[in-house]
Amino acid sequence: MYDGVYSDKVIDHFTNPRNVGEIENPSGVGTVGNAKCGDIMRIFLDIDENEIIRDCKFKTFGCGAAIASSSMATEMVKGKSVREAMEITNKAVMEALDGLPQVKIHCSLLAEEAIHAALWDYATKHGITIEGLKPPKNDIND
Amino acid sequence: MQTIYLDNAATTKMKQEVLDAMLPYFCNEYGNPASIHPMSKSPRDAVAVARKQIAKALGADEHEIFFTSGGTESDNWALKSGYILNKKKGKHIIISAIEHHAILETAEFLEKEYGCEITRIGVDSEGVVKMDELVAAIRPDTVLISVMTANNEIGTIQPISEIGKIAREKNILFHTDAVQAFGHIPLDVNELNVDMLSASGHKFGGPKGVGFLYIRKGIRLPPFMHGGEQENGRRAGTTNVPGVVGMGLAAEICARDMGKNIEAQKRLRDHLIERIEKEIPYSKLNGHRTRRLPGNVNFGFKFVEGESMLMSLGMSGISISTGSACASGSLDPSHVLLAIGLPHGDAHGSVRISLSDSTTLEEVDYTVDRLKETVARIRSLSPLYDDFIKKQEA
Repeated sequence: MYDGVYSDKVIDHFTNPRNVGEIENPSGVGTVGNAKCGDIMRIFLDIDENEIIRDCKFKTFGCGAAIASSSMATEMVKGKSVREAMEITNKAVMEALDGLPQVKIHCSLLAEEAIHAALWDYATKHGITIEGLKPPKNDIND
Repeated sequence: MQTIYLDNAATTKMKQEVLDAMLPYFCNEYGNPASIHPMSKSPRDAVAVARKQIAKALGADEHEIFFTSGGTESDNWALKSGYILNKKKGKHIIISAIEHHAILETAEFLEKEYGCEITRIGVDSEGVVKMDELVAAIRPDTVLISVMTANNEIGTIQPISEIGKIAREKNILFHTDAVQAFGHIPLDVNELNVDMLSASGHKFGGPKGVGFLYIRKGIRLPPFMHGGEQENGRRAGTTNVPGVVGMGLAAEICARDMGKNIEAQKRLRDHLIERIEKEIPYSKLNGHRTRRLPGNVNFGFKFVEGESMLMSLGMSGISISTGSACASGSLDPSHVLLAIGLPHGDAHGSVRISLSDSTTLEEVDYTVDRLKETVARIRSLSPLYDDFIKKQEA
């Protein structure tokens, strides 16, 4: 049914999403999106003392592309340093998924924002600055 | 994998006998019914039969049926030409807030381009047009009222006869978009007090690309399509003979089988509603419980988004539809679900299941079983569900 709309990778990550769940006492957690637009993404990070992302989990309310984008994003940040994680853009997520339909590009953007929001939380808690990181938009209650 | 088609409000399967009736008019009896030579007679006769079939199904006169390319054209014709017909009297048009886009956007066009004033009447939480609001909206310069017979998303059937009575007393032209209703529930243009009624062939077992507009005798609705004398000079364009023939027969079959179809579909519909309400927590029926199309079920599932549900069910071979924005490419969910008062999140989590006369109990049960698994799986991914559960535990 979604032949030609979604790539096999999107369908795979939607059907068998990786890293679903929560992390107890996370180093950082970020929630982005809002119910009005129909997408909410929450990403949890477990970061060790060397600033390496040991674990990453997600929960997402949204369409197939939103779920697949979150799943792929968590795969991509795992094992990366905090600074390397900053380089995971929505473009990178999209490429890793073998593309998204035009109307779903915002889903990959949301994944990037969710990672940044979780990193912001981590940075704030630990009193550090991550170059290029901006505070997340907090509009989930709109 | 089995295929279960439960999106009959989007389009229906055409019956073999309808196709059989259409086939001669492609390669054998292909003459133009507007010509005056021997090859034109058989198609002309066939179009006349179809016109009678449609008229009979509506309690109308055959001269009141005008063939079009479908429901959208019929709606455009009724509104735009309804405005032109009455522009000396006024520019105020009343529609409901839950009309199909063929009405909503046509009204918006008249508003922007021709300075019409449009009043959009709200609906209650079950999707029934607020009569007091409608009556209060009527002005001396009101020239047209258009309210759909039954809603395409939530299936709510409107008090058309009552609205028609009011419109007639006030001498206001009254149109109804019956695209979802015609062929599915009994409709009689005289009981309904309508002046114009739109329908579309493929929504009731006919072919795509053909529909009609009923125009009550005496209403001199100007043409919308120009360039020929077809349809008694009211709608230009070579008649879609096979399409019209198929639609006519489909209308006749629907009228013939209506009683048993309604009964069978209502039974399946109510079974579906009962099972979902009993077996899937945090679900809510959208629309009116009884005053709804026999084949329409629309449910909202909290904490999940519609497109992801559709995608999951699609993998089990099930075709249904959703009011979520994600499926349509826009950001806002269905205007109908917002009009009945659903918050955005809930509107995004709504799905429509629409039955046909060939839907079986097994198909319905299989669908509920898969729906149950799907909602549970997608909720397990949802941060909103997590937050809700935590709040409950606290």
